[in-house]
Amino acid sequence: MTEITSLSLFELIKNIKEKKISSNEIAKSFVDRSEKSKKLNAYVTENFENCLNLSKEFDNKPNFDLKLPGIPIAVKDLFCTNEVRTTAGSNILNNFVPSYESTVTQNIWNEGGILLGKLNCDEFAMGSSNETSFFGNVQNPIAKDLVPGGSSGGSSSALAANLTPVTIGTDTGGSIRQPASFTGTVGLKPTYGSCSRYGIVAFASSLDQAGPMSKDVKDSSILLEVISSFDKKDSTSIDFKRNNYSSELTKNIKGIKIGIPKEYRVDGMPDEIENLWKKGIEYAKDCGAEIIDISLPHSSYALPTYYIVAPAEASSNLARYDGVKYGLRSYGESLIDMYEKTRSEGFGEEVKRRIMIGTYVLSSGYYDAYYLKAQKVRQLIKQDFDQAYNTVDAILTPSTPSSAFKIGEKSNDPVSMYLNDIFTVPVNLAGLPGISIPAGVDKNNYPLGLQIIGKPFDEQTVLNIAYSMEEKINYKNNITDWWMK
Amino acid sequence: MDEIMSKNNSEYLIERNDNVYEVVIGLEVHAQVTSNSKLFSSSSTRFGAEPNTQVSLVDAAFPGMLPVINEYCIKQAIKTGIGLKAKINNRSVFDRKNYFYADLPQGYQISQYKYPIVGEGNVILDMPEGQKQVGIERLHLEQDAGKSIHDVDPSNTLVDLNRSGVALMEIVSKPDLRSPDEVNAFIKKLRSIMRYLGTCDGNMQEGSLRADVNVSVRIKGSTDLGTRCEIKNVNSIKFMQMAIIYEANRQVDLIEEGEEIDQETRLFDTKKNETRSMRSKEDAHDYRYFPDPDLLPLEVTDEFIDQLKSEIPELPDDKKKRFIDEFKVSPYEATILVSDIDTAKYFEEVVAKMGKNRDMKLAVNWITGELFAVLNDKNIEIAQSPISAKNLAKLINLIKNGTISGKIAKTIFELMLESDIDPQIIVEEKGLKQESDPKALEALIDKIINDNREKAIEYKQGKEKLFGFFVGQAMKASGGKANPQLINEILKKKL
Repeated sequence: MTEITSLSLFELIKNIKEKKISSNEIAKSFVDRSEKSKKLNAYVTENFENCLNLSKEFDNKPNFDLKLPGIPIAVKDLFCTNEVRTTAGSNILNNFVPSYESTVTQNIWNEGGILLGKLNCDEFAMGSSNETSFFGNVQNPIAKDLVPGGSSGGSSSALAANLTPVTIGTDTGGSIRQPASFTGTVGLKPTYGSCSRYGIVAFASSLDQAGPMSKDVKDSSILLEVISSFDKKDSTSIDFKRNNYSSELTKNIKGIKIGIPKEYRVDGMPDEIENLWKKGIEYAKDCGAEIIDISLPHSSYALPTYYIVAPAEASSNLARYDGVKYGLRSYGESLIDMYEKTRSEGFGEEVKRRIMIGTYVLSSGYYDAYYLKAQKVRQLIKQDFDQAYNTVDAILTPSTPSSAFKIGEKSNDPVSMYLNDIFTVPVNLAGLPGISIPAGVDKNNYPLGLQIIGKPFDEQTVLNIAYSMEEKINYKNNITDWWMK
Repeated sequence: MDEIMSKNNSEYLIERNDNVYEVVIGLEVHAQVTSNSKLFSSSSTRFGAEPNTQVSLVDAAFPGMLPVINEYCIKQAIKTGIGLKAKINNRSVFDRKNYFYADLPQGYQISQYKYPIVGEGNVILDMPEGQKQVGIERLHLEQDAGKSIHDVDPSNTLVDLNRSGVALMEIVSKPDLRSPDEVNAFIKKLRSIMRYLGTCDGNMQEGSLRADVNVSVRIKGSTDLGTRCEIKNVNSIKFMQMAIIYEANRQVDLIEEGEEIDQETRLFDTKKNETRSMRSKEDAHDYRYFPDPDLLPLEVTDEFIDQLKSEIPELPDDKKKRFIDEFKVSPYEATILVSDIDTAKYFEEVVAKMGKNRDMKLAVNWITGELFAVLNDKNIEIAQSPISAKNLAKLINLIKNGTISGKIAKTIFELMLESDIDPQIIVEEKGLKQESDPKALEALIDKIINDNREKAIEYKQGKEKLFGFFVGQAMKASGGKANPQLINEILKKKL
């Protein structure tokens, strides 16, 4: 039998239900491999002992009706977990232990999942390379000194390295899809309002969405089914009829209309991305889809719009980290002095940069020119998609304008770092579902992803297209376990 | 300095060097919504609990916590808007007002800035010179902050978050008020309306009602508004009035000295009776308001509003009109009776219990006279009145039907105060029934005239003052029980 850790979630569930392996065996395998993979720096907080104990408990009293029976799962450290330290990758929450559980993780535990640990991420999810984390860089298992993407970089790394069968991330401007693309894995950002934000450390409230990350499309459909729920504790949670995503998953996408937006052919896009996209279009056709050229005319404004809206909300959302109630407190001579020292020491450079940008764009005299204008453009971007969906069922684009880059390569150039999100941010601004699936490699054999964007609440179509194309693409990661040697 | 103040109720004028100034006042009243739980969390709002015992994760702004609107508070705000005859907005938006303070856990206050839930309305004031309408600019909902306590620990400031997140209504008046007395009338009227509605208990001691007072002055007759100063967070009507008088005079002095008034926020020092600069316009916070992305715009349908309208009780203005029409009380009496909902309730209950032969004059006099005096004396509200409306009605009826005299009634009233006893029983037990049998009284008076012949003669000769002596003797002889009216009649006839 192949190694337990390389099995898909679906296979693990099958094996456990057929009593071929126990929860404890699975937990042991992932804990062992995680222990041997510390060089990746994927974990911020390990929950290994607890996980092994809970898996034994599951085996003693198994419930195979659950959707994730006794499955160990590591999650991004942006989800608050009861009694388990939650840092959001920041010094300011270095010692923060919540007394409550996020709705999304609670949904996982309710279905039999067991917390394996908390995964590294960019500080407060602000970053595209996991380099802004207070807890250090994360290695991409694809190659040494390669970033795993961000902000869910610990998640993508742990997933690609088989340290967890599946994981969950959060995606504000591409933080699930970009790291998935960089690590040859699948990452889905659901429609805004599909997964509750309750208990997720907030970055930009109107954009944040939790979503599944997995080794294949089917696993994402299983996990989405578990984590997506209407939640009264989140006023932006939406009460819509949720599919049984995994059982309704089908490769039959005959006649489905897929749009190709011409505006996504951006200046200076590498040939290999262009070629990947062309290949993707061919795969989609092979799957029976109808390809239609479309226009999303305001696409070029998406990135600047995003970098106004997200920092504006973040500047306010992060005001609560002031040293008064919990988290880091630095000594100060006065209240203001304490604030300044706490926040200077507690936040990293990128977080400070975004707080400054956000504060600026909301300031009186600049509000109309920046924040209000950005909100109007956001509406136009939404309308672009609405228009397009009059003629197509989904949209196909590259996930990122490049493959994974080297650690340190872009860390001093925020704008070039921000450009990473160019294909993913419009999806957040419009609140749509989007998935990234691995579709090929670049000249260095680094993975490249394609993004499928769907109509609001139509995760099923997105998953079906991805599922169908996945078979045709037949991508396999080539992980050499270099970090263990 | 020739400070001559001419003052009447509706105008407060300041004279300096032949210039006559009037004061222009606008209020921002913060009224705590009567609700068991907070605006965005389910924590209790009970007053006086141990510090930090009524704080949820949302109130303390823990990471990942989200606000969820308390529908009851929305209803309360809309009801208040209806009571202010104001426009209810179908769509309103909660914004974030960003600033740092130790007792503001989120680092922002959730408030309504551009799109409040209630728009323009008005309030009628009953001033001695007549009625005056004061405009309401808006009413919006917002969260209260916690409380910083500086005087318990010598080296630290302590923070109590019990109040953090409690729902407040900020009611903004137009700058229509012209005197401290009008401010008094306005606050009392507002409080009365909200107490009728049950939307705010108006308890100023507990901080349920406080106000920021905007004051400016101008030459009387001018229509331009002067530069205003905002006096923050004043928590009693008396202090508001004192602050206004100080501030108006300070501003007039500045103008007379040829100086400019800075638009600024000031604090009222209740001990020194003066206002002090807190921060100038230049130092004003930039609150960076923007719509709270955790909350969707609040939309209420016309049906929802209409349903609430149908639940609105009779309000003071309507009640006053009805009291005048139905009970034939004077406008002045009606104003007093309706000013507090519990007084109005008490009065109506007395009226109902008096039955067909009711005497409104007696009812009004006994409530606003004897009873109010007792309540004042004991410093209690009418809801805690030691004499029930039912028994007071009985007492009034006993006077009305001649069973007892007004004087005896006062004796009985005193007895009723101790325990709320049926006055009829007191009359019977103590034998206090009024003597109204003409024959018995005639016999009694005959005897008195007989015993005081000389005085009777003096009276007949014109010493009319002696009439009172005979009345007194008759009352004394009857042990105070004689019907005074009959005594009068019989005496006149006999003397």
